[in-house]
Amino acid sequence: MVIPYRAEPHPLTGVTSGKLGIWIFLASEIMLFGSLFSSYVLLRVGTAAEYWPRGIEAGLNVPIGTMNTLILITSSVTMVMSWASLKMDKFDAFKRYLLATIVLGVVFLVVKAFEYGAKFDHHIYPAVGWPEATDPSIFYGLYFTLTGLHALHIFLGVLVNLWLLVYGAELWKTERVRYEGRIEISGLYWHFVDLVWIFLFPVLYLL
Amino acid sequence: MSEAHAEMGFLRKYVFSTDHKIIGIQYGITALVFLFFGFCLMMMMRWQLAYPGEPIPLIGGLLGETRTDRGAMLPNFYNQLGAMHGTIMVFMGIVPLAVGAFGNYFVPLQIGAPDMAFPRLNMASYQAFVIGGVIMLVSFFLPGGAASSGWTSYAPLAVIATTGQTFWLFGMMFLIASSLLGGINFIVTIIHLRAEGLTFFRLPFFVWSQLVTAFLLVLAFPALQAASVMQLMDRLAGTSFFMPSGLVVGGEQIAAVGGGSPLLWQHLFWFLAHPEVYVLILPGMGIVAEVIAVNTRKPLWGYRPMVYSLLFLGFLSFGVWAHHMYMTGMGTTMSTFFQITTMIISIPSVIILTCLVISLWGASIRFPVPMLFALAFLPMFGIGGLTGLPLGLAAPDAFLHDTYYVIGHFHYVVAPGTIFALFAGIYHWWPKITGRQMNEALGKIHFWFSFLFMNGIFMPMMFEGMAGVSRRLFDPTIYVTGEAAHGLTIMTSWSAWGLALAQVPFIINFFWSMRKQEMAEDNPWQATTLEWATPTPPPHGNFPETVVAYSGPYEYSVPGAERDFSPQFIKQEA
Repeated sequence: MVIPYRAEPHPLTGVTSGKLGIWIFLASEIMLFGSLFSSYVLLRVGTAAEYWPRGIEAGLNVPIGTMNTLILITSSVTMVMSWASLKMDKFDAFKRYLLATIVLGVVFLVVKAFEYGAKFDHHIYPAVGWPEATDPSIFYGLYFTLTGLHALHIFLGVLVNLWLLVYGAELWKTERVRYEGRIEISGLYWHFVDLVWIFLFPVLYLL
Repeated sequence: MSEAHAEMGFLRKYVFSTDHKIIGIQYGITALVFLFFGFCLMMMMRWQLAYPGEPIPLIGGLLGETRTDRGAMLPNFYNQLGAMHGTIMVFMGIVPLAVGAFGNYFVPLQIGAPDMAFPRLNMASYQAFVIGGVIMLVSFFLPGGAASSGWTSYAPLAVIATTGQTFWLFGMMFLIASSLLGGINFIVTIIHLRAEGLTFFRLPFFVWSQLVTAFLLVLAFPALQAASVMQLMDRLAGTSFFMPSGLVVGGEQIAAVGGGSPLLWQHLFWFLAHPEVYVLILPGMGIVAEVIAVNTRKPLWGYRPMVYSLLFLGFLSFGVWAHHMYMTGMGTTMSTFFQITTMIISIPSVIILTCLVISLWGASIRFPVPMLFALAFLPMFGIGGLTGLPLGLAAPDAFLHDTYYVIGHFHYVVAPGTIFALFAGIYHWWPKITGRQMNEALGKIHFWFSFLFMNGIFMPMMFEGMAGVSRRLFDPTIYVTGEAAHGLTIMTSWSAWGLALAQVPFIINFFWSMRKQEMAEDNPWQATTLEWATPTPPPHGNFPETVVAYSGPYEYSVPGAERDFSPQFIKQEA
């Protein structure tokens, strides 16, 4: 039994089934993060302005956050380079770029872990209000929940890329087009997760 | 292809299968078991409501001291039953049966596809569903019992509830993940794997309903996923997304950061749960349309308006959620907006229902069991829909909101509505799944008694509600309204137990007809859609030869044709 449109694009949509699937998945991810951003807006609007800190006031480290932003943007570039290398039949270059993407993703997570650690050292936890007044805002709760969920997405992306690099590459020898498709799909997901951070960073650190 | 799969072991073939038909059957059986379980929870509640404080007969002594006092139900257990009845019926019964079972089995067949677009993803979605279901069931055995804050899990009540609520949230996350994976699979399958010649406007209405349902699953469920994450954080990490400052419960201030909004939970929940209502009803409408077209022997009246209405319903279902929240004091501007959208969304539902009714006009109707259920769906869903109009307007809603009227209303939509449609689907497609017909006589007994008792349950609720009986009371007789309407409560309870007895012929039929009934032909109903082009039961890979669609889905009684049905898969002589 052969299921069509795994490797070849469908004439109506112009994409393979996998690519259509990932776009629909990303649409649902937009609804997931959209719900969380909407909650952020609703909670912030419902709190008196003097009780809602800017990220710097609440002790978020803007230079570190900026660095992490640059790391993720770079990883998006290496991700697309790896896919392009594969398309141009340069398998070694592809492997190097994909490895670079994975390493950058891990670096992002490590930096994030140090940021969390610094917060915990200052006794800042999700359950802490800001400021510690009678009517505190739940800035830290949002910070930990949003960045935590985003970090989980990064982690899963790293796992998928690692699998594609180590075990999945077998497919390249037998069904090249499908393997290219998988890298492209993984790349779309990776770019999306970067994009979420591009929104998260200013919303939490700067605004 | 069949040779390659011949040596698959039992586990690989029936438990970890990637064949959409096996997965459909897995979904179907699991969902029917959950439906029955959820029904049993409700029957226990009906005892408490009819005979408050009296020991539950037969099983009262078996439930344990945390749930009962000398056989009589304790209030906390009643709350658990209420919350879990709703959760199980909606998320573990009807959606898996309507989408997971019927969608999985018949969408690929009706579009002439060999399988779903992502067979392994399909298996994963079933497994996520089972894991979610098991977590929900296990929660009954926790200290403090299962979730008891209603199926809506409103904050702050749910945030301060016992561990059962945490399990509810984890279980819900798996159920949502399952629906999400399934939804993606359905959309890609329907867009990409249609047979040659099967254009969008040649799709059976059932496939259209599954397509719109899949979009609702993919786009609405993440809101509850996000909300569940936040409620989990509230419960486990001590945040207070849904906890206001200075909340006092039982005379003591709750130790929470505060600054959160209980209304936020309601917005996120209903942003999922209103589209969810259409997830519950649209596949049912799809099944009924199929059954009516086959048994009236004429094309559906107004197929295109029905499809357009379906798309409009799906689109607008994202803009009506706060009509569940008129009582929260969210303000008249918001209420006005949501009243307007709610009145607008009733129009496409009425168009679909009207088209189905007009389809009967002038037909020489056959009355096999599936058609009886389909015909009963029309007035039952009609009652459910029309009784929703007063609830969609803020002023009458103020009187009716917390009464049994609401319960009667939405159960008319879902129980004699969707569940009758699902029964119609089971009887209609049984010969395709098992290769045998179901017994007609047992089916008719099942139908008539179910029809009688369904109305015996939900019609009294309408009157009780209008008489002012609150829907959340453990013992309705403590208020004069409930005392006065107590006769109706008892009637409802006996009808519920009668409904359980009415399912006995179905259960007998289910097992008996699987082995003993005569074999069915490949196309026993003389239908036109593609699922009847396969051998019965369909082999792995579905269609032995590539199938091509030559015409629309409902070419019945075509003038000049030899027979009164002209299947899509057979080229007609010009």
